[in-house]
Amino acid sequence: MTALVIAEHDNASLKPATLNTVTAAAACGGDVHVLVAGHNAGAAAQAAARIAGVAKVIHADGASLADGLAENLTAQVLALAGDYSHLLFPSTASGKNVAPRVAAKLDVAQISDITKVDSPDTFERPIYAGNAIATVQATDAKKVITVRTTGFDAAQATGGSAAIETKDAVADSGKSAFVGREVSKSDRPELTAAKIVVSGGRALGSAEKFQEVMTPLADKLGAAIGASRAAVDAGYAPNDLQVGQTGKIVAPQLYVAAGISGAIQHLAGMKDSKVIVAINKDEEAPIFSVADYGLVADLFTAVPELVKAL
Amino acid sequence: MKILVPVKRVVDKDIKVRVKGDGSGVEVANVKMSMNPFDEIAVEEAVRLKEKGVATEVIAVSCGDAKCQETLRTAMAIGADRGILVESAEELQPLAVAKLLKALVDKEQPGLTILGKQAIDNDDNQVGQMLAALTDLPQGTFAGKIEVAGDKVNVTREVDSGLETVSLSLPAVITADLRLNEPRYVTLPNIMKAKKKQLDTFKPEDLGVDVAPRLKTLKVSEPPKRGAGIKVPDVATLVDKLKNEAKVI
Repeated sequence: MTALVIAEHDNASLKPATLNTVTAAAACGGDVHVLVAGHNAGAAAQAAARIAGVAKVIHADGASLADGLAENLTAQVLALAGDYSHLLFPSTASGKNVAPRVAAKLDVAQISDITKVDSPDTFERPIYAGNAIATVQATDAKKVITVRTTGFDAAQATGGSAAIETKDAVADSGKSAFVGREVSKSDRPELTAAKIVVSGGRALGSAEKFQEVMTPLADKLGAAIGASRAAVDAGYAPNDLQVGQTGKIVAPQLYVAAGISGAIQHLAGMKDSKVIVAINKDEEAPIFSVADYGLVADLFTAVPELVKAL
Repeated sequence: MKILVPVKRVVDKDIKVRVKGDGSGVEVANVKMSMNPFDEIAVEEAVRLKEKGVATEVIAVSCGDAKCQETLRTAMAIGADRGILVESAEELQPLAVAKLLKALVDKEQPGLTILGKQAIDNDDNQVGQMLAALTDLPQGTFAGKIEVAGDKVNVTREVDSGLETVSLSLPAVITADLRLNEPRYVTLPNIMKAKKKQLDTFKPEDLGVDVAPRLKTLKVSEPPKRGAGIKVPDVATLVDKLKNEAKVI
């Protein structure tokens, strides 16, 4: 029984979500291999080989894999799938894009967003925005899984020395092409891996105010910035900052929610944070029901005051 | 070009579900049901493509029990031209739904199939990708923008690092994210009109699809509860608590 982790990377480096996925794969009970499929991704493959607990890295390299197109990446995974009992993807935009395509091609179920491995065929996963936890048993021989990274500790990024086996990349499907990317540039920690996250909601009122109020707090705490869906919908923050059921799932040491009411779908994305602080002027706001420390105050005075006091 | 839009009937987004005492599932009896919000966005997009003259017909399809007819009528009130119900009283898991949809794609030959990216009940986020796999079509998931040009469609996708655009050959499968559009309010005249639109019903066996579940749900339980927090009177107290009690800063 061997599990294959499909690494999340940008060719130059591995994304932290890969490390949590390795931990989940190890919990499935067998050896853990990692697939790094990319273009000029040697550095990422070498990083994968250093992860503690990884027995082998498969490095598939070629132009067809440069931009993570689902059609090509699926074909690459399928070319290797025969050797594995478990195929695990991090539950990232890329993992969620590809895993179901792989599962359907294999005619097996896909198990989404697991937070716990009970046994090699039984897993726990949140449903209904995390308001219930389902324990599911897979009856198919092969398990295709996406891993909610907040459910598993990160494997040690160093200490391993796995062999790297290189493979030719699959041919391009010819059905899809990469056009371009608008990457939000930021020197802050990555939202899903940050120890502290400060999130702003609709109460901020404009993109300018969002920047003006949230940035100093994030700078002071060395935090990542998040946003509620309402704030993203209103255009106060870009889509990649959205925390919630259908955005990013975060579980930092400290989560500060400013001007966020606490809709079910938002709570789904942050309620596993270790410590939650809510600042909201509506004392009835649902966010206070999950907050360890609630401050009923106008965020436009409380947040700058907080920045000063830190 | 036809557009196929699968829609799912789910517990309304504003309802906080309760886990059943016996751990067999969540309580859905007498709970308000609605169209999955992402599917509503998918229907809206398809109807807009028709209004722009890109599409000629919008077909809504739903897989589930007889009550899914209501969801189909809602889709037709938004502007879908006709509906197809694949009726089954059994639990339909994503792979089974994708197979049913594949049978309908084979039959109807749509240029685009637009689905919601995920249903807010099981939060699987699978069916669109699975349908693309089974039909061997290219996929554009988590779409924030769709532009059809000739025999291609450009899809701008909401990804973890920002936005990414892919160009897909038609036919293709697209899944809708939140910011694709804002669905219109359905008007009473359109609800009335929708009642007269064509709605065909099939059974899974009519489509030759085996819908046997592949995952067994052993139990459904409450998530761990957070301990009750406290309200702090001012910022100074908050900072003190974070430093000395929670020790997170």
